[in-house]
Amino acid sequence: MPESESITYDLAIIGTGMAGMAAGLFAANRGLSIAQIGGTKEIIFASGLFDLMGVHPAETGHLWQDPWAAIDALVRDLPSHPYARMKKEDIQAAFDEILSSFQEADFNYCRHRNRNANLLTPMGTTKTTYCVPKSMWNGVEALEEKSSCLLIDIRGLKGFSGGLIKDAGKDRWPDLSHHRIVFPGTEHLTEVYAEHLANALILSQNREKLAQVVRPLVKNVRAVGMPAILGLYRPDEVIADLERMIGTAIFEIPTMPPSVSGLRLKEAFERQLRSKGVRYFSRKKVLETNSGIDDDFELGIGGTAVERSVKSKGVILASGRFLGGGLHADRSHIRETVFDLYVRQPEKRTKWHHENFLHPGGHPINCAGLETDDEFRPLGENSRPVFDRLFAVGSILAHQDWKRQKCGAGLAIATAYAAVNAFVRR
Amino acid sequence: MLPKETQVLIIGGGATGTGLARDLAIRGVQCILVEQKDINAGASGANHGLLHSGGRYVASDPGSAKECRLEAKLLKGLAPHCIEDTGGLFVAVEGDDEQYVADFPHLCSQSDIPVKELSVQEAREMEPVLSEKLIAAFMLEDASIDPFKLSMENILQAQHLGSTLHCFTKVVRFDKRSHRIQATRLLNTLTGAEFTIEAEQVVNATGAWAGVIADLAGVTIPILFSKGSLLITHNRISDRVINRLRPSSSADILVPGGTVSILGTTSVRIDSLDRIHPTIEEVDAIVEEAAAMIPVLEESRYIRAYAGVRPLVGSKSSGDDRSVSRGFALLDHAEDGVENFTTITGGKLTTYRYMAEKTADMVGSKLGVSKPCLTRTEPLPTTQAGQWTEAGLAPKLWLAHRDPEDILLCECEMVPKSVVDEIIASIHEQKGRSDLNAIGLRSRIGKGACQGTFCGPRVTSYLYDQNQVCPDQCLHHLREFLAGRWKGQHPVLWDRQLIQSELLEAMHCGFFGLELENQP
Repeated sequence: MPESESITYDLAIIGTGMAGMAAGLFAANRGLSIAQIGGTKEIIFASGLFDLMGVHPAETGHLWQDPWAAIDALVRDLPSHPYARMKKEDIQAAFDEILSSFQEADFNYCRHRNRNANLLTPMGTTKTTYCVPKSMWNGVEALEEKSSCLLIDIRGLKGFSGGLIKDAGKDRWPDLSHHRIVFPGTEHLTEVYAEHLANALILSQNREKLAQVVRPLVKNVRAVGMPAILGLYRPDEVIADLERMIGTAIFEIPTMPPSVSGLRLKEAFERQLRSKGVRYFSRKKVLETNSGIDDDFELGIGGTAVERSVKSKGVILASGRFLGGGLHADRSHIRETVFDLYVRQPEKRTKWHHENFLHPGGHPINCAGLETDDEFRPLGENSRPVFDRLFAVGSILAHQDWKRQKCGAGLAIATAYAAVNAFVRR
Repeated sequence: MLPKETQVLIIGGGATGTGLARDLAIRGVQCILVEQKDINAGASGANHGLLHSGGRYVASDPGSAKECRLEAKLLKGLAPHCIEDTGGLFVAVEGDDEQYVADFPHLCSQSDIPVKELSVQEAREMEPVLSEKLIAAFMLEDASIDPFKLSMENILQAQHLGSTLHCFTKVVRFDKRSHRIQATRLLNTLTGAEFTIEAEQVVNATGAWAGVIADLAGVTIPILFSKGSLLITHNRISDRVINRLRPSSSADILVPGGTVSILGTTSVRIDSLDRIHPTIEEVDAIVEEAAAMIPVLEESRYIRAYAGVRPLVGSKSSGDDRSVSRGFALLDHAEDGVENFTTITGGKLTTYRYMAEKTADMVGSKLGVSKPCLTRTEPLPTTQAGQWTEAGLAPKLWLAHRDPEDILLCECEMVPKSVVDEIIASIHEQKGRSDLNAIGLRSRIGKGACQGTFCGPRVTSYLYDQNQVCPDQCLHHLREFLAGRWKGQHPVLWDRQLIQSELLEAMHCGFFGLELENQP
């Protein structure tokens, strides 16, 4: 017999990716009682960078430095994009609220309010994004000024070659140099993991040892870039400490996911949600839904079999796409996995993907997803909201291609904000 | 640059071309082998990897059936390191032609092919994945063979005996004088450099491209193209090769190889060699058809699909291309007015050695070399460099000889740094380009579940650090590598592999922005 709680939450949020976590924060900030049910695996692959809007039209690869102007152009050309259902002021307010929540959790982000930021990736490409963890911000400024920087990489850390980053970006940023170090204490290891190194730097004696290795290499450079291993959860403290010991500005360069910066993001979210009293059912799925009595929802949750039931007045569906498990595809159809909602999709599988992986237009399947009204309530095939108080947010929404448009985090944060406010109004 | 001189120029680095290079080298004949892409880039690398018992051909082509039986037996003795002697089952299910089933054992005996009838229960005990609707089963001597390892070992021995290999080298034209190819003009497609080879004999071993090359010499070969598509599963489905017992049709054969299985094929007539890709329609047809024999194939995870082209020589007849003989064509173009030009095409992987022997006999007699063929008795050597394509081998060795100095660059297939280093060294020996794509071809890198998502960037970084690629080329190679993987991946994107592809795109487009040409 599944365990049942007698209370009815205001909101059940399905999903613990970027959109679900953001919805949890917004809802908690508004004093709602919340059950958050983990269903997504995506957040461990997050880079920690928050894109708002970068590329439009995707076909031409046109990259915008002003994200707000990019949203204007996007909404004009693609009126069914989820951004078109929101006011820019609300998107701004959503970011302000999220960033200040993170600040409370000692996880600081930087941005140029009205301009995108650029930074190096571990493949030596330049990534255009909006909000950048403070630990990476010196790198954004150094790239803007093209100032001389030393890139340090670490022996045994796979997928991060300072030399490759330097050379791949040398036309854009000529004044880079690079040096490989052995991370103190790993002399006997040939393979090291970012998470372990970050963990080691929690101890100040390990920071001192690292500083001793790096200090002699720093000559005539404005800043030193290192892979994102500078502390597991409080990188700003670690960096301040290292900067003091080494005597130069330091910044992190994101590493290949799953990364320490993704972990920090997940941890900051979870810390905030817990401190705000959100009931958090992690690693659980919604296996059954029932929405009959008084229009309240009853969700059967568990690992593989229903373990308990959760009642709520409203539901925010933030279950992600295929990776998160919100959508599932067999050989011919795409389904929504929790409520079996109508999914807008290409007519058949031959239309899902292009034969060219990097096709400039993006793959049509990426724009498949849920149709909603202006309050982000999913619509049935009859174009009417399926439930009065069911909302869908984040990457599960149709008419967007966040990977190509570079709008993933923005979409998650902004639609979560809009849905929570819509629920409160109702 | 002075023209290079050699006794025999072999065009085409597939199973036949590399097998021919070895055969001639053992007879003391010097060769240069040129290949427009890389070893086994054509049909030799895009097939089941099946060493036929011959059972498949007993009804339609008894001649081929006998050739297969003889060659398979020889190869099992001479090249055991390239072969997994799995044994094979031929099974029929409800609805299959019962007359064909009834005739089968007799036809096998007529071709001297050992066959043993099994009860349906016995067959299902041996291979529990077989359908409950089985009506007949026979055990034969089919096996699986690693075509890449085979070609690598062949060319490596030829090279040790003094022959030369040029990959990424295309024939530009033949200079003919008095009914002979005087010189062959070639282009290195990587460097753009042109050079000339003067050979006493020229052999066209280009498979489906045989007509294109012959055309350059002014010779017409009537040739038809039959595309066959195959699927690779994430896990190994059966212990043995499983054949559908019926007249040849689509999706009849499931061949295990290491940790995976290969399912196919289709037979689709194509007019041009420009687009040899599996289609979604073919993939669906293969899955649906094969599930009648092995129901679990409906739910299995497929990693990718690929296609090869069977060259069918000398027949313009319509109808099913499978009914055209799978026997090979050995053409002496002296009859067409080009005395020192020979074409070998068609045939099967199983009979590659025999094809090479017959070709070497013809070329040898033209050269006045009377040494007999030795590949019938001399074992194929085993080297290190050829072995890393075997699915499941790298993890076995890595676990068995785990060296603390070694790190895994590919986690799906457990390919460590030391294997990549070894492959780099062997590519250098072959004067090739040791980039991500060449490493991928020679190992399991990019062939596991992640299809390059993680190993692509990791190996890119590693190759850069080992000074194996010039910096401007790194991203170019990564894009090329992912594009190549995608071609095989996109037809099988549903369920779990679709999830994987979403992660792939999130990382390589969402994060790295590889699709964007201009970056700030």
